[in-house]
Amino acid sequence: MHPVLKLVVQRIALGLLLLLAVSAVIFLGVEALPGDTAQAILGQSATPLALENLREKMGLNEPALTRYFHWLGGVLTGDLGTSLTNGTDIAQAIGQRLGNTLFLAGCAAVISVPLALILGIIAARYAGRWPDKVISGLTLATISLPEFVAAYFVIYLLTQVFPIFQPVAMVFPGMGFWSKLHAVALPVIVLVLVVLAHMMRMTRAAILNVMQSAYIETAELKGLRPIQIIWRHAFPNAIAPIVSVVVLNMAYLVVGVVVVEVVFGYNALGQYLVDHVTKRDLPVVQAVGLVFAGVYIGLNILADVIAIVANPRLRHPK
Amino acid sequence: MRIPVSALFGLVLTGVFLFTAIFAQWIAPYPIDAAVGGVWEGPSARFWLGTDTIGRDILSRLIYGGQITIFVALASSLLSFGLGSFFGFLAATRGGWTDQILSRVVDLMMAIPALIVALVMLSVLPLNLTVLILVMGVLDSTRVFRLARAVAMDIAVMDYVEAAKLRGEKQRWVIFREILPNALSPLVAEFGVRFIFAVLFISTLSFLGLGIQPPLADWGGMVKENKDGLIYGKGAALMPAAAIALLAISVNLVADWVLTRTSSLKGGRGG
Amino acid sequence: MAEDLLLDIRGLVIEATSYPPGEPPKEVTLVHGVDLQLQRGRVLGLIGESGAGKSTIGLSAMAYGRGGVRLTGGTIRLNGREIRTAGPAELRKLRGREVTYVSQSAAASFNPAKRLMDQVIETTLAHGLMGRAEAEVRAVGLFRKLGLPEPETFGQRFPHQVSGGQLQRAMTAMALCPKPDLVIFDEPTTALDVTTQIDVLAAIKEAIRDTHVAALYITHDLAVVAQVADEIMVLRHGRKVELGETEQIIHAPREAYTRALVSVRSLEHVEKAPAPPVLKIEGVTARYRGTGFDVLKNISVDLPAGQTLAVVGESGSGKSTLARAITGLLPPTKGRITFAGRTLSADLSGRTKDDLREIQMIYQMADTAMNPRQTVGTIIGRPLELYFGLKGAARDRRVQDLLDQIEMCKGFAQRFPAELSGGQKQRVCIARALAADPKLIICDEVTSALDPLVADGILKLLLNLQAEAHVAYLFITHDLATVRAIADKIAVMYKGEVRRYGQKSDVLAPPFDDYTDLLLSSVPEMEVGWLEQVIAHRKMESAGN
Repeated sequence: MHPVLKLVVQRIALGLLLLLAVSAVIFLGVEALPGDTAQAILGQSATPLALENLREKMGLNEPALTRYFHWLGGVLTGDLGTSLTNGTDIAQAIGQRLGNTLFLAGCAAVISVPLALILGIIAARYAGRWPDKVISGLTLATISLPEFVAAYFVIYLLTQVFPIFQPVAMVFPGMGFWSKLHAVALPVIVLVLVVLAHMMRMTRAAILNVMQSAYIETAELKGLRPIQIIWRHAFPNAIAPIVSVVVLNMAYLVVGVVVVEVVFGYNALGQYLVDHVTKRDLPVVQAVGLVFAGVYIGLNILADVIAIVANPRLRHPK
Repeated sequence: MRIPVSALFGLVLTGVFLFTAIFAQWIAPYPIDAAVGGVWEGPSARFWLGTDTIGRDILSRLIYGGQITIFVALASSLLSFGLGSFFGFLAATRGGWTDQILSRVVDLMMAIPALIVALVMLSVLPLNLTVLILVMGVLDSTRVFRLARAVAMDIAVMDYVEAAKLRGEKQRWVIFREILPNALSPLVAEFGVRFIFAVLFISTLSFLGLGIQPPLADWGGMVKENKDGLIYGKGAALMPAAAIALLAISVNLVADWVLTRTSSLKGGRGG
Repeated sequence: MAEDLLLDIRGLVIEATSYPPGEPPKEVTLVHGVDLQLQRGRVLGLIGESGAGKSTIGLSAMAYGRGGVRLTGGTIRLNGREIRTAGPAELRKLRGREVTYVSQSAAASFNPAKRLMDQVIETTLAHGLMGRAEAEVRAVGLFRKLGLPEPETFGQRFPHQVSGGQLQRAMTAMALCPKPDLVIFDEPTTALDVTTQIDVLAAIKEAIRDTHVAALYITHDLAVVAQVADEIMVLRHGRKVELGETEQIIHAPREAYTRALVSVRSLEHVEKAPAPPVLKIEGVTARYRGTGFDVLKNISVDLPAGQTLAVVGESGSGKSTLARAITGLLPPTKGRITFAGRTLSADLSGRTKDDLREIQMIYQMADTAMNPRQTVGTIIGRPLELYFGLKGAARDRRVQDLLDQIEMCKGFAQRFPAELSGGQKQRVCIARALAADPKLIICDEVTSALDPLVADGILKLLLNLQAEAHVAYLFITHDLATVRAIADKIAVMYKGEVRRYGQKSDVLAPPFDDYTDLLLSSVPEMEVGWLEQVIAHRKMESAGN
């Protein structure tokens, strides 16, 4: 087998193994924590009988490992169980909301990735000079903001000072693409702001790192024009680090979505998760947690695979 | 020694935040939980920053809230720092199985975003300060672990460490006299970064309603309480939001400065 | 003949900004008003120690300042026109076309993501000098001339697929491909093993001769530059010390500094008579954990008390591994090490305090061998404390004695390693070893990171200390001049084996085995024409076989 293919297969296998381990942590780790699910649902005033009945009903009296494998079997066949609080099917609920979350994250990605790359390249091109200082200064400010803080500044600015948008983002089935887009404008702006700084800083660092290589000096001493140097010599070597920067920030975006959804009352996966954490609805929390973990691990695998494929030493072995 | 303006700004501001947090009882003009004015009053001579959703003085609540935010963040970053650097050094100096097991556990913890893990854990655990500090501290210790391990590994392969081993020095001397003094400065800068992270983390949890519980309030919780006012043009939620941002930025500036100073001092004297 | 003057540098001043930690940035002058003239087709050697400004001056011929270095004064005329003040567009026209550059580290200078051929002919195409097909034919011709394997297909490989010596030649081909007027060679063979260096050097010399290109050849090694240069300029601290024909510089130097450089590495040490060994290595075989081959194969050597055994070899010969086996860092899988009449435990943890004390080690990089957070006093004092229980004033007195022995004065005990020069750092490491009052000191390439004059000082110091303290040295080195200067016995290592072993006079006298012959004959001698003689001799021998 070609070494690249071998490494890629290994990396994916490792990722799947990790996901399996994560599922065990999400299920068994939570079991091990002090705290009783039945008690949590019924509250402190519950009678012992009611507690016992609930435990029986939920299968809590069986060994944890048995329940884990039962749960895992369900996950693999698309059965995530039912919600404790309202008895609805979890898989169905996630299915309805996942699309909304991906739509929001997707919009943010489409705007932030090109913008971060352009700003990162400008900052690297003028490293240490004023465009770099301005860009780096602004991003230092946004890097220090949690998502919800950025969100409220943006809301105040764009709904009160300049009343352009609505402060809530409602999307519902049957809504047209453009009205959907208009509805998510504010949360997208917030997400872009938050993810942009990281991505831009890492892009800048990746390019500067490549530009300091001896082979860039060689190209300069060949009398090549700056654009030729960047295009022929810097770009092929910077592509792997930049792609992995982008993918890693997409993973970061997935988390940022949780908070932003809550801020804007956007009916999607993050909101669903937070709601059910508050209600201590463990099956929902475990299922949604696993979905987020899956997306996050998947993106990380993707970043590594791209780095492997882009490495000339691996593509053309000795 | 010259301190750059940005670092000075950060140092002074961080100092002010710490001072008001420590002496909150004496500085705050009103009690933390007393309705002393109307709902969402604007800034005035009586209420410098106005009043909140049920008429409490925002400035006083900011000062008390700062105390809680900074206390929880400091406690959890100390915990993460202690745990992370202890196990990081242990993994680096012991190597072998110790290192393998610790590193794989950390890989696993870092395979899921910390916020998601925290949410999953908090859906079962009781919500109180101790639990919050423990959850945040343990989750964040993974990053300190990786840094401490990497730094210690870099130092452990140095010839002077080998020389100490060949000289017959005990493990204690090697760790405390050869490795630790050289690992300290990158770790100190990292402490600032971990502290900011803890501030942002606890604020986010409180904002989601899963952090500090009423009647106590931290800055994140205050944003949550007052967020509805924004729709009516009441900026009360922006005050605690600005406090979070300002604290994070000022500590960031200090940490940046410490980091550049220590990296330019690489191999230099400890002064 | 003015029209033959290719490069004319007058009053060149080069400055840079340095950023000392914790202090405001300050301006430093690297080159103070240097003049340099080079005729078409001639080779000028630039020689000097580190900090002499030789690379900086070399690159000024392309009006290039590396890493923020600024060419602030004087004139640089290339092909009759001033280039120091030329704009970027004009510089692009001459870089890669009229002047090209070969760096010390070709491995880092090639783009890892592109095939060699594309990089070698890139300049030619970018400047519109030839079509692609024509350029490739020329490149293949150059590959062949430079002795690269399979010249027809060599260019299809990626940089990581060829060896260091081959990359250095490929970079020479890249520099010659656009038919420049001038090539700057910046220490092109310094990073190579000595047996590889001679081939690359010969290839470069032949290529220069056949293409009639002018060259600036920058190196710290006078013997190397004597093989290729018509003239030599000696530089020190950014100033010209002396300029002359190669013959004159190496045989009749006018300046004291040049004389010192010429006589450097000519120390000769008279070997001591055979004596009973303090260290006896018998049949030692070792391998690194998790690997499938032995890095040391059945090594047996002795080292008499108070004498020096030089272990010579190129990179990968296993010479440093031997040191690790003796110190117990890499326990041998077979064999026995006897020290001062007792058998040493294979593993470090099994050794007694006296075992540890009596075997000391000095490292190649003094920088990393001392804890940057400890003062010189602590560094030297620690063994005194640990082994002899010396404390307070008694310890300080002994530290001062040791500092006197390494010819450093009183104030040094309070300093940190970062405040010392390279030579001083290595002296402190020697003092630390002496502090243990050892019977054996293992010296691992202790002079190879130092400038030649400083290295000579260290060697002299080591010899004096040996006479005083009757300590034995196991001296690991790749440099045969160092061996001549210090050894009583020699072991030549190659691929984990001892190829030749005995008293110095025996090992360095014919008849030789093939490897020792190759190694000895590859060491450049400070003699014009030496390179041609060796190459001719080798051709004759291979024809005879």
